[in-house]
Amino acid sequence: MADDIPAADAADEAAVDPAPAPEELHGAPVSYSRGQKVLHVAREQLTDTVAKLRDDSYLQCLDVTAVDYLGYPSPRELPESITPERFELVVTLISHQLAERIRLRVQVPESDPTVDTLFTLHPGTEAMEREVFDMFGIHFTGHPDLTRVLMPEDWEGHPLRKDYAVGRIPVQFKGAPSR
Amino acid sequence: MTVIDKGISDFTSEGAQEMLPRQVAGGVEVLREVGSVLRLSEADAAVLADREDDAQTTILNMGPQHPSTHGVLRLMIELDGETVIRVKPVVGYLHTGMEKTGEELTYVQGATNNTRMDYLAPISNEMAYCLAAEKLLGVELPERAVWIRMLLAEVGRIISHVTFLATNGMDIAAISMMLYGFREREELLRFMEMVTGLRMNHNFIRVGGTAADLPDGWEARLTTILDNTERRLEEYDVLMTNQPIWQERLQGVGTITTEEALALGVTGPILRSTGYAWDLRKDMPYLAYDQVDFDVIVGQYGDCFDRYAIRLNEIRESIRICRQVMKRMPHGDYRVQDKKVTPPPRARIDESMEALIHHFKLFTEGIKVPEGEAYVGIESPRGELGCYMVSDGTGKPWRMRTRPPSYIHLQCLPHMMHRGVIADAVAVISSVDPILGEVDR
Repeated sequence: MADDIPAADAADEAAVDPAPAPEELHGAPVSYSRGQKVLHVAREQLTDTVAKLRDDSYLQCLDVTAVDYLGYPSPRELPESITPERFELVVTLISHQLAERIRLRVQVPESDPTVDTLFTLHPGTEAMEREVFDMFGIHFTGHPDLTRVLMPEDWEGHPLRKDYAVGRIPVQFKGAPSR
Repeated sequence: MTVIDKGISDFTSEGAQEMLPRQVAGGVEVLREVGSVLRLSEADAAVLADREDDAQTTILNMGPQHPSTHGVLRLMIELDGETVIRVKPVVGYLHTGMEKTGEELTYVQGATNNTRMDYLAPISNEMAYCLAAEKLLGVELPERAVWIRMLLAEVGRIISHVTFLATNGMDIAAISMMLYGFREREELLRFMEMVTGLRMNHNFIRVGGTAADLPDGWEARLTTILDNTERRLEEYDVLMTNQPIWQERLQGVGTITTEEALALGVTGPILRSTGYAWDLRKDMPYLAYDQVDFDVIVGQYGDCFDRYAIRLNEIRESIRICRQVMKRMPHGDYRVQDKKVTPPPRARIDESMEALIHHFKLFTEGIKVPEGEAYVGIESPRGELGCYMVSDGTGKPWRMRTRPPSYIHLQCLPHMMHRGVIADAVAVISSVDPILGEVDR
């Protein structure tokens, strides 16, 4: 809450200024979502950018997850230079020195869902990337052990994809006693 | 005593060396990693077991049905005699697809689902969910709701930590501690029941505030419980902290360094046990933690004893916070007075058509949350509990991701156990305090 105040101000300014120069960080456009700093990185630049951010004191990788935007009702708010794709890899980094988080959103196309692994930079992403692979079917090149983690090893499909139906167990209700 | 040396120097050709600064340590960390994490499929393990030669190591499966794996955690442990070489945590036995379920539940129902993830600190889970939804909604919480949440979160922390003391004691054969810990927990759970109506899985924190106001007499009840708990903490110091057997069993066991902890994404008491003072309540305050006075407890050696001592002393700090909250609990609303977020009180429905419509809309369609995405992280008893939420403008989240600290902390088990003895494995698992409901979700 309190940590977001400066960022929120920046977002407000961007809205007021008629032609704001697009903010960039390590060659990737920056946007603010609810006052939180978001970096839109190209898929090929992900590891480079994370390495540079690590030198900028973003020492810890908190979270790696993904979102499936298949059938998302309206166009997403993305900088102009970014083409929306079906999957989005979301990486959250934290800088203890700046007391600030930064979120990296990476567009991953459906036709080729592969991303380079962050394991070499942040070994802690191993389990999170396994989970993303398990749940979304996104492959991480260079990951040491890319296998299913939460679902059984012989499971078919990737449950958190939007075209994976929610399972339902048929329930047979006992009919009310007929009169 | 246990073998403590577990540096890379013994296992690489690089000779003895200091841990390099973080910026250049990437490769080193990876090397260390490869040395202690077992990456072996079931089929490979079966082939290995058939080999007959003297040099072979044993692969031991611990769990999923083991009393000290805290639920259904399974560890594949590669043993050389009694020494642990590599470990592979195998999880997923409790997976119920809660993130998928979360996409099917409205924001009104969502907290009911989330509260069941970390069943020892349910309030934290609800709070992360609600804070993320509120971030997207952009609502400002009333003062009283903030302080009620803080009070319950701290009581929840005490509950979680006394349960840790109990199970930690049980794993290390201090059975009396198990009994005392669960006694404490019961007393505190009775307070939670008085406030929320349920002992566990409270579903008390709702989007826009809390489900109800605090009941009459909560202060007197809580004062008694906190006084009792605080007095008994002194007894635990005598029973365990200062007891030679307890110290021998935990000191120097399962060590982890700050560099390893940061690289592995570790947060919370485990990170603090390495001497790294990082507590979201202090460093990135949320709710009103910037208005209360408390200390961040930091360890030094990153061993099981530090992790035990940190949690024990965090109970004291939580008691301190609870007392301050009790003194300063503001009056006023406990829910946002926004008709699009908070359902009207029951009595209003009988007299106002508008209230009836709002009630109907909220409970059938849910709260309409504007499009966007947000991440909120809070300090749960285990570490940073995050909630990443994407909304598509309807009453249900498009994506609801929980960053589970326990799941990420399981990755440090192989490093803590590396070159230790099998008998210490139980102490190490216990000191990481994993909650398998949260790991598997």
